[in-house]
Amino acid sequence: MTHNNRALVVLAMITFAAASSGCSTAKAVRVKPWERAYLADPTMDPDRDPLATAMAEHVYFSREAAQGGRGVGGAGCGCN
Amino acid sequence: MPPRNPGRGYRLMSSRGLAALIACASVMIRTPAGAEVRVGEAFPPFERAGLLGARIPATSGKVVLVDFWASWCAPCKASFPAYERLNSEFSSKGLVIVAVSVDRDATAYTAFVKRFTPSFLVVLDRDQKLVREAQVPTMPTSYIIDRQGRVRYTHPGFHGYETEKALRTEIAMLLSE
Repeated sequence: MTHNNRALVVLAMITFAAASSGCSTAKAVRVKPWERAYLADPTMDPDRDPLATAMAEHVYFSREAAQGGRGVGGAGCGCN
Repeated sequence: MPPRNPGRGYRLMSSRGLAALIACASVMIRTPAGAEVRVGEAFPPFERAGLLGARIPATSGKVVLVDFWASWCAPCKASFPAYERLNSEFSSKGLVIVAVSVDRDATAYTAFVKRFTPSFLVVLDRDQKLVREAQVPTMPTSYIIDRQGRVRYTHPGFHGYETEKALRTEIAMLLSE
């Protein structure tokens, strides 16, 4: 078997392993609605302290000359 | 010295790799959990779920409202007064409300029940067996089961007055059948 064919077989094996391990579907890694107790805990909220958030934002703005765009916010149970 | 066979090692590696791959795949492909309970299907039986708390009475021939809730879920808290109203309105006519908590923390469950003191049945699905069987799409989710034991309506989420109004209409309709 040529070197190229070997590489192809190894690549196929890796692809098969990734597909069968559930990496291919978003559903397989989804936290079920009834398993979100820890996510709903107030301590999971990155903005639970408004003063700390304001200070962090100020530092971020001062250092990076940028504001906002910090990604999606908050924790929560994702209910309803 | 035996003649060198460059293909042998690779063939050996390849067959071993394939065997390992099949073994991995067989472990990874798990038994699927229960499918989501849909309208027209029978609701999973309460008996085998090992629910804690109040004993569920015989529900055959009655209209049953099953609600999955948790102490950490805000809309669930909002739904309790509505279920209280529905229970006082329809329990004498043959409605049974079963509120199933999916809390893993029994203390949080107890505190919630103490605070709201519901007049309807409240049970704890601590091992989350029943909720896994039902595969609720969101928290809370309620199911209305007719006198024949079939799920007739589902309500993913609780949206205040709208949900309460829909529940009232559907329960009244099933009770009159």
